[in-house]
Amino acid sequence: MTVRIGVITFPGSLDDRDAQRAIRIAGAEPVALWHGAHDLEGVDALVLPGGFSYGDYLRSGAIAALSPIMTEVKDAAGRGMPVLGICNGFQMLVEAHLLPGGLIRNANQQFVRRDQRLRVENASTAWTTDFAEGQEIVIPLKNGEGGYIADAGTLARIEGEGLVAFRYVGVNPNGSLDDIAGLTNERGNVVGLMPHPEHATEPGFGPDTAAAMRSGVDGLGFFTSAIAAVARVAA
Amino acid sequence: MPTIVVDVMPKAELLDPQGKAVAGALSRLGVDTFTGVRIGKRFELAVDGPVDDAMLAQVRQVADDILSNAVIEDVIGIEVVE
Repeated sequence: MTVRIGVITFPGSLDDRDAQRAIRIAGAEPVALWHGAHDLEGVDALVLPGGFSYGDYLRSGAIAALSPIMTEVKDAAGRGMPVLGICNGFQMLVEAHLLPGGLIRNANQQFVRRDQRLRVENASTAWTTDFAEGQEIVIPLKNGEGGYIADAGTLARIEGEGLVAFRYVGVNPNGSLDDIAGLTNERGNVVGLMPHPEHATEPGFGPDTAAAMRSGVDGLGFFTSAIAAVARVAA
Repeated sequence: MPTIVVDVMPKAELLDPQGKAVAGALSRLGVDTFTGVRIGKRFELAVDGPVDDAMLAQVRQVADDILSNAVIEDVIGIEVVE
């Protein structure tokens, strides 16, 4: 069985093609989906890609979160389908209330682009089982509005229930509370993060490693984890 | 034609990076009158007819659900301007 993973293109999405490519490299079939359709075309998992949907107008991800297809995305997420939101996709997931909290302008007001070290805090989500708990990975980060915030009660709940999926290590690039880089929902099928796993899936195009320049493929584990999660459900 | 003005501000307890940057610029220019700057949003909703309670209720709904995100912002005012 070939796992089919949909990538939704919104007006202003940038990394939809990269996400499709990453899915193909990981061994699944990417399916291009359109924000204006009420149709997930029978996919097994979903990626909401990075970019600047609607020019970040109103709030990052806010208008995209009201797109027609988001009705189906919310239904699918509720049924347990693996959903990954990357960067702008993460912003859409919080705006759609599929993940708690919010994302605001980086604390230093600067757009930040760097190869970012993260610690995998929760290796039992649909998108992280191919990592070890506590494993450190390096994938690209590029955002202007990646400061994660939540009120004290929400933050305590997130931390208490182990919903922090990824934490920034070394540098907190955007002022995120508790160094939070990514979150999961309680069920573990919906995951969102600001850094970009899809940009670290192919040797020659990833972050530099000690072994060789641009050889980092730490992002691959996100997609192979989801493929395994779908296969487990199907079995 | 009346306009309904909705004002949205970042929550008081949150860092407002934009306001902080403007406050820093003012202080660099030697303007030291203001102890703080915060930046919010003003929405002007144009309507055709007279504004009634039902319409205001709808504005309140839209302001809470779409124009603002309660996690990071507060709707601090809804006002009808003729």
